[in-house]
Amino acid sequence: MEQYIKAPMSKEDAVKLQAGDYVYLTGTIYTARDAAHKRMYEALERGENLPLEMGHNMIYYMGPSPAREGRPIGSAGPTTASRMDKYAPALLDLGLLGMIGKGKRSAAVKEAIIRNGAVYFAAVGGAGALLSRSIKTSEVIAYDDLGTEAIRKLEVEDFPVIVVIDSEGHDLYEMAIENYRTEES
Amino acid sequence: MRTIEVVEITRNIREMCIEANHFLSKDMERAMRIAAEEEKAPLGRQILSQLQDNLKIAGEDMIPICQDTGMTVVFLEVGQEVHFEGGILTDAVNEGVRQGYVEGYLRKSVVKDPLIRENTKDNTPAVIHYDIVPGDQVKITVAPKGFGSENMSRVFMLKPADGIEGVKQAILTAVKDAGPNACPPMVVGVGIGGTFEKCALMAKRALTRSLEERSPIPYVRELEEEMLNRINQSGIGPGGLGGSTTALAVNIDTYPTHIAGLPVAVNICCHVNRHAVRVL
Repeated sequence: MEQYIKAPMSKEDAVKLQAGDYVYLTGTIYTARDAAHKRMYEALERGENLPLEMGHNMIYYMGPSPAREGRPIGSAGPTTASRMDKYAPALLDLGLLGMIGKGKRSAAVKEAIIRNGAVYFAAVGGAGALLSRSIKTSEVIAYDDLGTEAIRKLEVEDFPVIVVIDSEGHDLYEMAIENYRTEES
Repeated sequence: MRTIEVVEITRNIREMCIEANHFLSKDMERAMRIAAEEEKAPLGRQILSQLQDNLKIAGEDMIPICQDTGMTVVFLEVGQEVHFEGGILTDAVNEGVRQGYVEGYLRKSVVKDPLIRENTKDNTPAVIHYDIVPGDQVKITVAPKGFGSENMSRVFMLKPADGIEGVKQAILTAVKDAGPNACPPMVVGVGIGGTFEKCALMAKRALTRSLEERSPIPYVRELEEEMLNRINQSGIGPGGLGGSTTALAVNIDTYPTHIAGLPVAVNICCHVNRHAVRVL
């Protein structure tokens, strides 16, 4: 089903999304990948505040290529989400409601998704030029020294994603493969 | 003896880094177009059609096809009658990478130390493989390698008794474990034989072979075709979201090996299988 969702999304929006839904996001999302997650996690361990409020927000696992003059961003597709699995449950428990990446998630992340009524979306991997067109502005808000891995605030318009793991824990990667598997096992 | 100035190497590598990150080779372009037409799953077709749009936008607007513009792998086949002047060849290659990535708006994805992890800010150093060959030419292949798929690549040190069935299982295991993480449809490079490092290098090199060229060895050609069919029966599909196109090609190279061993390397590449080739 096609859905148009505002970001950050409400808890009601999150729970109505189902694995397999094709979603266009419009609003504000934040980028963070490996190095930013490690830093946020270490800040939490020390009892410090995060540079970004988790409440209802969405994190896009992405590190862009540099923007040419006059453009908000360069190529901007998703990176592999499983590298963030170690850090994601703590952020979900703080209120993070959406993650955008590509690839499988761990059992611990799935449990945290269900526990918090959150959603894991996939953007199409390797479509960074196309996806950059849905990003209207980009601003570094924390960890500037990390370069491409800094935390960015993005304004997006009809940014296309697919619900892979919904708030009940259904996993599109597992469901869809079975539909097209023709090999003998 | 032919003399080549190393600044020529720098200039070519600089241009090739930019070219490879914005334009796929003709055989890759064709394979992606055919896949978009033949995919059975509706969502899979939609994804492949988006990837067609992505390639068009990348070339027209000069935005890298993928934000992961890779660690730069360079194969240099140097004719033994060539003499280089004007500096150190390896430095000239890295200078080309530096200029290409900084001036070409490509992402700098290389950290100086694998554990300290400080970005070198110019994507150097490249991973360079030199070969000395007959003649007076220099063949340069620049292959930026993204790490979503690199991380899913594997080396299997099989036993001779595992035989061809063991090789097939190794390839299928690597591809299925990779699944959606490696941005399918993938290209699968396989090296069989040699030593631990030789099979890995063959697998990497196999990714630069044209998708339309099969192995000249009859049984290897059959293995390539069988593996491609079986991978595409896995159901993984474009983006790992289900479908009939999981791989575009399986390219396999072989080499003599030791009586005690059967090394197999599977180097997985995403659909952004980039390489630019020039002969000086």
